[in-house]
Amino acid sequence: MTLVIPLFRAREVTSMAEESEDTCAANKAGGVTKMQKTSDMEEREVGPWIEVKVLFFARARELTGLTDISLLMPPQSTARDCMSKLLNNFPKLEEIYNSMVLALNEEYVPESTVLRNRDELAIIPPISGG
Amino acid sequence: MATSREPEINSCPMAAEEGEAAEDLIEILEASSTPIDLARYVNHVRDPAAGAIATFEGTTRHTFEGKRVLELRYEAYLPMALRRLRAICSGARAAWSLRRLAVAHRLGTVPVGEASVFVAASAVHRADALEACRFLIDEVKASVPIWKKEVYANGEVWKENREFLQRRNALALATSSCCCTTKVRMDGDDAAAADDGGSGADEEKVPAV
Repeated sequence: MTLVIPLFRAREVTSMAEESEDTCAANKAGGVTKMQKTSDMEEREVGPWIEVKVLFFARARELTGLTDISLLMPPQSTARDCMSKLLNNFPKLEEIYNSMVLALNEEYVPESTVLRNRDELAIIPPISGG
Repeated sequence: MATSREPEINSCPMAAEEGEAAEDLIEILEASSTPIDLARYVNHVRDPAAGAIATFEGTTRHTFEGKRVLELRYEAYLPMALRRLRAICSGARAAWSLRRLAVAHRLGTVPVGEASVFVAASAVHRADALEACRFLIDEVKASVPIWKKEVYANGEVWKENREFLQRRNALALATSSCCCTTKVRMDGDDAAAADDGGSGADEEKVPAV
């Protein structure tokens, strides 16, 4: 459990070339999926990470340039942890951080919500339907 | 009023969806050049037992703060938007005595002057239909994840509903638990209504959704 930097899948790492952290660079070739399928020893080293799919809509999509991304997070991570990581990787999201809300599996949730494996977290910028 | 119907409030949202599905027509219309077929929704709520049909049609304006609007583009978080609309209809049914409900929202490009959203409610008495209709459109604007970009001759901007910004704290306080979400949210909504003080008497009977 020494790794604290959430890992991105190979395809997202490619789209985040500006992120040069060793962890990501090391995984560029094989990607996270491969890491999880290697030896038991490595699995223990990586730990039981959870995978969270993050959706970006409207202004959030424009700011990140992505419709969605998969994040690997440590177990017991909260939506806030996820948001911190996203703000780190996509500083432009600061623009909407104080006006957005989060939805987890299609329900509004507070940032303190603990995430589970395969959760779908949506960044909801100020809505404007009607 | 909402609290007087415990069975509905405490029931799992999935069960409520199944129960209302036959009566509530909820449609998010994918991008198309076709205007909303208003008659389809009015006819859905038409009911011999109803003495009133109340409708609301939201149309796209041609100017905003003096700027000429060329067109509006809508997008949605579709599954969540449908889920919210079902919850809102259930909330309306819990608060008012209603016969049938219909809600339609258009996505994609909507030319100026056309309907982007349409709500219809029927009830035995007009007060229920009118109040529910008002509630439905207000809730659509406050909590259904749909976004609108206004395109001007010299730029574009994502709009932000005042109703959402006022509701934001309550939405962020909602819990993630499955079956009791509605009840917990109602507490949050009440708190929010008390906080802003000026929201008026109507807020007191607004059901949680």
